Amino acid sequence: MGIKSRPEKAGKAVLVLEDESLFIGKGFGAVGKISGEVVFSTGMVGYPESLTDPSYHGQILTLTYPLIGNYGVPAYDSDEFGVPVRFESLGIKVAGLIIQELCLKPYHWASSRTLNEWLRSEGVPGIYGIDTRRLTKKLREKGVMLGILQVCREGEEPKLDSLAKEVKNVQDPNRRDLVGEVTIKEPIYYDCKGSKRVVLIDCGSKASIIRNLLKRHVDVLRVPYNFSTKEILEYKPNGVLVSNGPGDPKKCVNTIETVRSLIEEGISIMGICLGSQILALAMGGDTYKLKYGHRSQNQPVLDLETGCCYITTQNHGYAVSFESLKGTNLKCWFINANDKTVEGIKLKNKLSFAVQWHPEAAPGPYDTESLFDKFLRGIG
Amino acid sequence: MPKFEWLRKVLVLGSGPIKIGEAAEFDYSGSQCLKALREEGIETVLINPNVATIQTDPRLAGKVYLLPVTPEYVERVIAKEKPDGILLGFGGQTALNCGVALAKNGVFEKYDVKVLGTPIRAIEETEDRELFRQAMIRVGIPIPRSQSAVSAEDALKAAEEIGYPVIVRVAYTLGGKGSGVARNKRELREIVNRALAQSMITQVLVEEYIGHWKEIEYEVMRDYKNNCITVCNMENFDPMGVHTGDSIVVAPSQTLTNREYHILRSASIRAVQSLGIVGECNIQWALHPRSEEMRAIEINARMSRSSALASKATGYPLAYIATKLAIGYLLPELMNKVTGVTTACFEPALDYIVVKIPRWDLRKFRNVDPHLGPQMKSVGEVMAIGRTFEEALQKAVRMLDIGKIGLVENNDDQPEPIKAVKDCLRNPTDERLFKIVKAIKMGIPIKEIYRLSGIDPWFLHKIKNIVDMEKRLKRLKIGSKEAAEVIREAKRLGFSDAQIARCIGVSEEEVRRLRKAHGIIPVVKQIDTLAAEWPAKTNYLYLTYSGDEDDVEFNINKNKVIVLGAGVFRIGSSVEFDWSCVNTIWALKKHNIDEAIMINYNPETVSTDYDISDKLYFEELTLERVIDIYEKEKPLGVIVSVGGQIPNNLALKLSRAGVRLLGTSSESIDAAEDRSKFSTLLDSLGIPQPKWSKFTTIEEAEKFAEEIGYPVLVRPSYVLSGYAMRIAYSQKDLRDYLELAARVSPEHPVVISKFIEGAKEVEVDGVSDGEDVLIGAIIEHIEQAGVHSGDAVMSIPPQSLSSDVIEKIEDYTRKIACALKIRGPFNIQYLVKNGAVSVIECNLRASRSLPYVSKSKGVNLIEVSTAIMLGKNLKELGIYTTPPIPYVAVKVPQFSFMRLSGADPVLGVEMLSTGEAACIGENFADALLKALQSVDFNLPRNNPSALITVGGKEMKKKIIPLARSLKELGFKLYATEHTADALHDANLETTVLYKVREAAKKPNIVDYLVQRKIDLVINVPAANPENEGMDVMEDEYVIRRLAVEFNIPIVTTFELASAIIKALKYYGKNGVTIQSLNEYMSSLPFRYW
Repeated sequence: MGIKSRPEKAGKAVLVLEDESLFIGKGFGAVGKISGEVVFSTGMVGYPESLTDPSYHGQILTLTYPLIGNYGVPAYDSDEFGVPVRFESLGIKVAGLIIQELCLKPYHWASSRTLNEWLRSEGVPGIYGIDTRRLTKKLREKGVMLGILQVCREGEEPKLDSLAKEVKNVQDPNRRDLVGEVTIKEPIYYDCKGSKRVVLIDCGSKASIIRNLLKRHVDVLRVPYNFSTKEILEYKPNGVLVSNGPGDPKKCVNTIETVRSLIEEGISIMGICLGSQILALAMGGDTYKLKYGHRSQNQPVLDLETGCCYITTQNHGYAVSFESLKGTNLKCWFINANDKTVEGIKLKNKLSFAVQWHPEAAPGPYDTESLFDKFLRGIG
Repeated sequence: MPKFEWLRKVLVLGSGPIKIGEAAEFDYSGSQCLKALREEGIETVLINPNVATIQTDPRLAGKVYLLPVTPEYVERVIAKEKPDGILLGFGGQTALNCGVALAKNGVFEKYDVKVLGTPIRAIEETEDRELFRQAMIRVGIPIPRSQSAVSAEDALKAAEEIGYPVIVRVAYTLGGKGSGVARNKRELREIVNRALAQSMITQVLVEEYIGHWKEIEYEVMRDYKNNCITVCNMENFDPMGVHTGDSIVVAPSQTLTNREYHILRSASIRAVQSLGIVGECNIQWALHPRSEEMRAIEINARMSRSSALASKATGYPLAYIATKLAIGYLLPELMNKVTGVTTACFEPALDYIVVKIPRWDLRKFRNVDPHLGPQMKSVGEVMAIGRTFEEALQKAVRMLDIGKIGLVENNDDQPEPIKAVKDCLRNPTDERLFKIVKAIKMGIPIKEIYRLSGIDPWFLHKIKNIVDMEKRLKRLKIGSKEAAEVIREAKRLGFSDAQIARCIGVSEEEVRRLRKAHGIIPVVKQIDTLAAEWPAKTNYLYLTYSGDEDDVEFNINKNKVIVLGAGVFRIGSSVEFDWSCVNTIWALKKHNIDEAIMINYNPETVSTDYDISDKLYFEELTLERVIDIYEKEKPLGVIVSVGGQIPNNLALKLSRAGVRLLGTSSESIDAAEDRSKFSTLLDSLGIPQPKWSKFTTIEEAEKFAEEIGYPVLVRPSYVLSGYAMRIAYSQKDLRDYLELAARVSPEHPVVISKFIEGAKEVEVDGVSDGEDVLIGAIIEHIEQAGVHSGDAVMSIPPQSLSSDVIEKIEDYTRKIACALKIRGPFNIQYLVKNGAVSVIECNLRASRSLPYVSKSKGVNLIEVSTAIMLGKNLKELGIYTTPPIPYVAVKVPQFSFMRLSGADPVLGVEMLSTGEAACIGENFADALLKALQSVDFNLPRNNPSALITVGGKEMKKKIIPLARSLKELGFKLYATEHTADALHDANLETTVLYKVREAAKKPNIVDYLVQRKIDLVINVPAANPENEGMDVMEDEYVIRRLAVEFNIPIVTTFELASAIIKALKYYGKNGVTIQSLNEYMSSLPFRYW
């Protein structure tokens, strides 16, 4: 607090989309040029959580709420198990950030720096002062697009012509093994002296998933996404949780195979977000890319068994195909009350299930945290 | 699951007349409720005596009863109408309290009426502090440490345990009425005694004081299958300590982290699910500013002021959906009306910020305490939408219509010692926002402002941005290279052209030209509930400078008409003008206008509901903004004459700027408003008026007053005190007023006119097409001239006017309307004395009494006037007269003196009432009694007693017959010494009560009032206060104030006292009639509705 946090080095900034639309604004965070898939989220709170959510890896995130950075950024404190307390991972995962207005004078007791300082220190560029609503409407109408975000040095002018050409050649990050880029390299064991043990297949897991298990007195073994069935079974887990993560689920060939064989071995699975798509693919279902995804904290999901509706946090660009579930061992459990897409699936006659949203919240509502209890009850 | 099939007829309770804490927001919620029921094919019955509302339009409800919302009347309507269900959640605290009382009396069981929505048990748990505490403990939600108390001793003990300071809260009251903070025993005792007297269940809560914690509210919806959502959260700019109704509020919360937001959200849902609320409720939280510690403050198990605000802030129609839930629907079964394709079971995402600022009218009241605290004092509110906080805040300040052109550059700032500024930061008044600006300019650090005020530095830094921009603008050279960029940034921070113009030292027009030349124009954005994730079907719009694209396209081939709304409500301008605006919109649609466009910013109103008009601009009613919209929309014209004074004042300026006005021309408006022009006109028509003249020096004014003789009516054009008008009885009186309270100078002339004592006041509402005149009604005031028309009791038809006088009034009215070429609604006020009629003033716009006249007469004058504005004439419409009515409609004022500690309830030329009620009866007495009971005037029951204290010899004589009548009605009479002497002389047995200042002498007036041994106070102060001593005046003030605070009916004019006593006599013999407005209307020979 109190430090003049004017983004002195960042000058003009420009965002170019693959359809050549241009947004010229002011830069903040790090000076530099990045490319990625431009997406939007309509959540009104929780930028520290969102920016550190590994599911955003490879994406340039637009926040539709116009005033961002109001309560600053907290310190990277971790709990007794080494899990970050106020973030979803130890570092910003978005490629770039797009907002309407940057708060230069934030205030909050838990804040240790400004959003601008945080992005700058982690080398992430940001743009503000553009019409984010115009951008969002464009993404809604045309679907998510690839784009380049450039933050110029103060006094430097962006070269709009060359950027327009460059954007045509931007590689779609979804063709990369994004999960491989965010998964842990070595297994981590979180020992809370619990009565059960869950293996968490880390496809880019949010810290809140781990916290939710630990607070229910479950030991967590967090393993890389390409851990084999054999390696997992050696730990004798009561159940396996497949985490959220970035990109196209079909890229996770090994993980899909692992989940299939775990189920054959009779292991109960809970999937979250990408984990849900992986479970569907493992069971013979199919996934597809949504036009502009679901990224918000207000997605209503309808339980087809009870008729109850829950408000959930979502962050996904791909979805499970409803049609593809026919003939598989899966049944559709939840659908999105707005666009009727598949939001949750269940293995027939088994305890395994998966949801497309984030029951661990952070950011967003805690209304479906009880899914963790359901899972843990099921695994005895 | 579909709606309950057994439900065929539903009774809806309204909130009654507008008072502080219960205002037009309940017209909005009730109207939505009726709409939601009607589209299900459910028959609706509404009880609400607030004639000025839209919900009491017979088109909205199946049957409308203009009757008091009290258990007695509601039961009689239930017995008559036999509804299947009743809704208690749409008429504020009045409806809720009434419902709880009816349930207790077993009325619902007796008539087999189901309470729909939140069950009575849950209402009781939210209303009774102790039950609430237990309910919160049940679900592990912390609340402030507290203990309930039924006596002052109890309370003192509780406070010792909790520790001072404590806050005293009262069960079952409106807007925290009777609450207060006590820092010591003495203060506690005083508050508790008063509070106990006001609580329906004589219980108070003594509570841990958590001033300066953040105050956060959530609007929660739940269906009977336990689906639960929070539609909106709101953060108070003013931290705990100031009533939320008196706080500046933003939505969504700005300073909360994700954890804080969602911890509170989850707790809100837990509480609501545990209580079993069905429909909508509001929950208030205190959040510690330096931890995640929280306390639940209260739950309103009904639509509230906050939920109306939340509806407007988010676009989520809370009242509509709450109604559907109450009749059996589940949230996921309902649609989001904005998108038309997504579910209503969701939580809106905003991509803008909303700022609400309350509007106070404190300075209109004598002796009132301007400090803000746990008791709500504001009379209205504004809501501004922007994409920066600064933009929304500055818009909101302009919307308040308090003469400010924004947060800075107001030219009204008086120098002040730093101590006074700091005091206001610490002990907030209605002016704190502006003192923050002052403090920043004085160099008081943000940190210290925070320490004093508890206002989060996030807000303070934003205010500082505005102050800094003002400095930048003041240094700016208009021709400089950077000018465009600085102006663009200033516009983004909500600066108006007028503010920029003042900073730079050029004209407003020049700023406008310059910025348009640089392409600096605002864009139109849509409120879509989902932050652009889904397209919106509705046109709920605002303008912002943070954006470069309009969300909507403007089709210039369409017929469009813009209606300017009433803006902020304050004393003198309230829901009646919203009635006119909404009816204008409806009439425009009837006449095939493609786009009826509304501009208004009052979140309480029906007109700001996005499905009333084809396009709603939730925007400022300033010249700049109206032109912005006009230029984009290119409508046929703009209607300025139905929203009251705010749009009326814009008429001339808009016309000069080339805007086409529909209806009466701006020249005619000017001819009526410019006193000299109007006077000349009257002279040429041979119509008398009281002598008047305009002055720029005190000496001239005195000379003129001497000539025409005192008393005189003084109207300064610039006032310091808040009183605009005053009657002066002597030279000293005049001089005092002009020297102390007003400013007289060539720029601020003062108008002096002869005040005619003992005259009747009569007004006429009508519509003219320039050639023919439709006289809506001749309205007679019960009080004599000298009581503001807004505070007067009035009757249609007139009760005491001779046919000669009526003919004269009709003749004058026609002459004036034709001479002014009025094309639209108008109102003319007359004085009548000894058969002579003279004109006081003429307003060429819809008046306050228009809904009262229209509904009483079965002729919708707005519908007629809208047709005229669109080019029709009365001949084409085939309406030349309104029908004679076989009944009497009486309108009475509603005062809110109880909320305004210190305010003197004595009536005068300044309007003080906050609302009105009108009831219809077989005769004047029948209507008057029902109307009085609608405004909290409790009729005396068994063994009643009256206190009479009147000023002046003449009045003491005049009052004797009234006293005698009271005696005959069985009243025991009490009086002050001199009044008692007069009564004794007339052989009336009267007990003398000792004066207030003789506290030791018993029996004392104070004791009798405090113990509520008096049922009626008649206090007619001497007309000329100079004839009484200071101590007498002070005593009488205390009597009036105590009567107000202990809810004892008080009458301060002879005429009203006389009317009431006559009515009581009638009541004793006949009782009252129970008939719906529909029944009355269908008894008319013809209608135009």
